[in-house]
Amino acid sequence: MDIKNLLKQESTRRQALITGYVVPEAFRCVQCGICSFYCPINIDVRRHAWLGEPVKDSHCLTCGECVTRCPRGVLRFERTNLFEPEK
Amino acid sequence: MRRYIIVGTGAAGISAAEAIRCHDPQGNILLISEEKDGYYSRPGLAYYLTGEITERQLYPFSERDFRRLNANRKHVRAVRIHTQAHQLVLGDGELLSYDRLLIATGAMAAPVKTPGAQLAGVAKLDNLEDARCILKQAHKGHSAVVVGGGITALEIVEGLAEHGVKVHYFLRGDRYWGNVLDEVESHIVEHRLIEEGVQIHYQTELVEILGKRGRVAGVRTKDGRQVKCDLVAIAIGVLARKELAEASGLQTERGILVDEFLQTSDPDVFAAGDVAQVFDPASGKALLDSLWGPAREQGSAAGCTMAGLQTPYYKRTPFNVTRLARLTTTIIGSIGGGRDDDVLGIVRGDSEAWRQIPDAIAAQSDFDVNHLRVLVGEHTLVGAILMGDQTLSLPLQHLITDRVDITPIHERLLQPKAPVADLIADFWTEWRGQHAA
Repeated sequence: MDIKNLLKQESTRRQALITGYVVPEAFRCVQCGICSFYCPINIDVRRHAWLGEPVKDSHCLTCGECVTRCPRGVLRFERTNLFEPEK
Repeated sequence: MRRYIIVGTGAAGISAAEAIRCHDPQGNILLISEEKDGYYSRPGLAYYLTGEITERQLYPFSERDFRRLNANRKHVRAVRIHTQAHQLVLGDGELLSYDRLLIATGAMAAPVKTPGAQLAGVAKLDNLEDARCILKQAHKGHSAVVVGGGITALEIVEGLAEHGVKVHYFLRGDRYWGNVLDEVESHIVEHRLIEEGVQIHYQTELVEILGKRGRVAGVRTKDGRQVKCDLVAIAIGVLARKELAEASGLQTERGILVDEFLQTSDPDVFAAGDVAQVFDPASGKALLDSLWGPAREQGSAAGCTMAGLQTPYYKRTPFNVTRLARLTTTIIGSIGGGRDDDVLGIVRGDSEAWRQIPDAIAAQSDFDVNHLRVLVGEHTLVGAILMGDQTLSLPLQHLITDRVDITPIHERLLQPKAPVADLIADFWTEWRGQHAA
């Protein structure tokens, strides 16, 4: 991977970290618990998936561990628009 | 105060309890489960077997969640329902009165009649206790024979292989899961299993399990071969656990027959989940599903109706995301046909609706290690299977479930060597852009 791509990838990752939160697609979830198991700060992501609620826990690092680990593609990042300039 | 009894504490039973509590804060809810482990994630057993999660992680509900639900629990077998008297007979002889009762007893592994099936070391993967039992016997350097098809057989194969067990996988025919996957897809899965060190025995039928001092020592095949092994695991499909309904005189076929309100032939007894055979308006048939999503939706609809809020359940396009030989795979809509000699009827993570022959033409493409097959109907996509890269999983789920008109790309999709994935991705981006506005 060249340096340009590496920087682009890192920039995209950082952007996701500050502007997104984790959103579940409840219908895909089978409550296996891998997401909660791998959350570094023990947020019960599985419970959010059961309820179909975004992970708006203020402690969430948006590290993406749950999104990556979920074997069924239940979780994704969604933009919050929190840091976007007001129109 | 209304009395509710829910027999079975899987996804359907728990969803029903939540729905009842939502609409009837005062009602008395009793959850009855024969299995002492109560409510846990049955699909999660696959990840427990491979060691990706611990046993503790399989339980989605904490004691606090149950307290919040304000439901009582009892571990006992339900034997019979006296529908006229509105009473449930328990295995210990106790009689419980109810106003509304839900049967959500799920499905169980089809019994094995092979000689030697009673030997120690013969396993199935029906529940958590079975998974514990398999793990206890999964020692590095041992060998196992796995027989059967569908998702469960692969869960066992991969779980054992992960623990260093030499796995012999017996297939009666020429390929894996022949009534859902096409030849290319079957071979992708088989190739990956072989890479993991699994030895696949095609056209091989188990006729006898051989024992030594009461334990499995090997197996004998129909063509006279003997394979030494320490463990035999069998996953030849599941059967609806409908004994309670049958003993109570309710109407049953392959499962318990229910109408769109999940009501059985008795108006105060409902059924939901793997045990319910639900009328499907799309095919005009009453079909079985063994899927978490529909079980949850059925439980929820039944719970609402039981609490007095009449809520119909309409069968959605069946959908599952699973892992086949470590390859994430999405299966949506009607994609199958044909037959599979390795299973009887339905398997876990399966829907009978997948095998309804669609009036459609297949378009497919392969990219890197990924594979996509879509079934193209007259104006819509009617089914899809996506292996590997899951970027299109969610778009395909929406396009198929919502029956989106794909006329603009219909012709191009069916051209030889069409870039199917790109066509669908571009169409989805445009369609979503128009419909988000």
